[in-house]
Amino acid sequence: MAVKKLGKQTVQFQNTPIIIGTSTTVGPKEGEGPLSQYFDVILKDDYYGEDSWELAESKMLRETVKAAISKSNKNISDMEYMLSGDLLNQLMSASFAARDLGIPFFGLYGACSTMTESLSLGAMLIDGGYADNLVAVTSSHFSSAERQFRFPLELGSQRPPTAQWTVTGAGAAILSNYGHGPKITHVTTGKVIDLGITDANNMGAAMAPAAADTIVNHFQDTGLSPDYYDLIVTGDLGVIGKEITEEMVLDKGYNITKVYNDCGLLIFDNEAQDTHAGGSGCGCSASVFCGYIYQEMQNRRINKVLLISTGALLSVTSAQQGESIPGIAHAVAIVNDES
Amino acid sequence: MEYIKAFIVGGIICVIGQLLMDSTKLTPAHVLVTFVTSGAILTALGIYEPIVKFGGTGATIPLPGFGYSLAKGAIDSVKKAGLLGAFTGGIESTAGGVAAAIVFGYLMAVIFNPKSKK
Amino acid sequence: MRKMEKQLHKISKEQEYNEYVKKKVPKPNYLKNSIWAFFVGGMICTIAQFILNTFQDFGISKTDSNTITVIIMVFLGAFLTGLGIYDKIGKRAGAGSIVPITGFANSIVSPAMEFKREGYVFGVGSKMFSLAGPVLVYGFGSSVAIGLLYFFLSK
Repeated sequence: MAVKKLGKQTVQFQNTPIIIGTSTTVGPKEGEGPLSQYFDVILKDDYYGEDSWELAESKMLRETVKAAISKSNKNISDMEYMLSGDLLNQLMSASFAARDLGIPFFGLYGACSTMTESLSLGAMLIDGGYADNLVAVTSSHFSSAERQFRFPLELGSQRPPTAQWTVTGAGAAILSNYGHGPKITHVTTGKVIDLGITDANNMGAAMAPAAADTIVNHFQDTGLSPDYYDLIVTGDLGVIGKEITEEMVLDKGYNITKVYNDCGLLIFDNEAQDTHAGGSGCGCSASVFCGYIYQEMQNRRINKVLLISTGALLSVTSAQQGESIPGIAHAVAIVNDES
Repeated sequence: MEYIKAFIVGGIICVIGQLLMDSTKLTPAHVLVTFVTSGAILTALGIYEPIVKFGGTGATIPLPGFGYSLAKGAIDSVKKAGLLGAFTGGIESTAGGVAAAIVFGYLMAVIFNPKSKK
Repeated sequence: MRKMEKQLHKISKEQEYNEYVKKKVPKPNYLKNSIWAFFVGGMICTIAQFILNTFQDFGISKTDSNTITVIIMVFLGAFLTGLGIYDKIGKRAGAGSIVPITGFANSIVSPAMEFKREGYVFGVGSKMFSLAGPVLVYGFGSSVAIGLLYFFLSK
């Protein structure tokens, strides 16, 4: 019997998994952004000493895992699972990193929702008694993503105002049964929702309905209200997607305006850094959560967070065939112990 | 005067392209294809020739000018060589530009590496 | 019957959402973009005119001067792309730097450079036509079609 299930889409943990440590690596542009002080490693060059951007992204993911493990005072051999994914075809960054690390590996694809997807499944593995320590990690890289999904970098094309900027960054979180740190209390798994947006330059609008649906379901399933949280934060909806989500959630009777923000808006200064509608990519919510939010939770400036990473499940093939963009969003509730 | 004409005609053709891109979801590749094809068709209809006479490089350097050379080459060759000219004329008249694009394109790709965007 | 109703409901919901999103999307700055496109596009053509005139002054025929001008412009477009300058111009100029022949060169060099890591045959060799290929296909295609039409109509 599913005793830990709450309502239709939510899980409530009994042995609440603890996030005992995190680490982040970001690219030069992210390092110039408003959150720069919260990142562990800021690359000077986004080739990261490798021959290709794909290998650079994989190295970023791998080194971030190593740093997170050592910051948590663990060894690589203590890790029982690595739950990871990225944006590249066939999860190149994650699987190449897993090859070098030698941790038992589950490759996940949830587009930019992969951070909460991996946290969700990781938390379930721990609460279920299948592991004591594991690592949840994702990455994205502006240049490798641009190359795969859009145009060559040196092509003189213009970006429309709704376009978002893929974050070069990786974030890793170590989940454990024992230790100190913020705890994962609930997970709300999202449905794939598609309201017929076909413009790949307006991902925020494509993902917003999925984010709103997951947030509303989270409140309905748990009976919690928006006031319970100090911060409700979506992954990478950007300016337009954030506004739409706010209105759609309000439409269902929950006012989240006061505590709501978006990682894509936190990581860049859109005006000064010319990032149009904001940041995006797996690395966006990963680096903002594992960097800024986790540190603020440790300092107890933020105590209750609902993190909703959002993914646009399009591919080059589906976009070229003119299909609309399905969206997905998973919510993870992370709470500090009362003290 | 020649320079001003080239500036104005070239500028206007580019503005048409810009408005096309801004008001539709056309990508640069779509714009390039549309412009080459419409340049060729306009030439066949006898509309582009006067624009070239007036604007000089302002009409030949933008991509409709590429279509102009293609169509004009085909028509001139048909006049000289008959049916075969339809197949050889367009490519002959643009051979220099296309070969240059391939050779310089290859060389630059071998010499340089792409830079990350800031 | 029920299925059709459901389908119709889905379509109207999607339309409604698309309308709603449309209102939220900021419009591109048509005027500013057009001025940039006009200025940069015009500039490129003026430079070409200067090159053309120079060669004609040396007594080279008009057709040959035209071809030489195109070749030089293609070289400039390719070279500036290699140096990483052309995309910076393009960010502001938009169509102003896409529509001139220099933009055609840019569309060849940019993917070729980027896919070098995939090798010189399937990387550079094939990717250099990922954007320029369609231009050649439709350009040559319409040129042959026009030639054929002219041949049969002028009989």
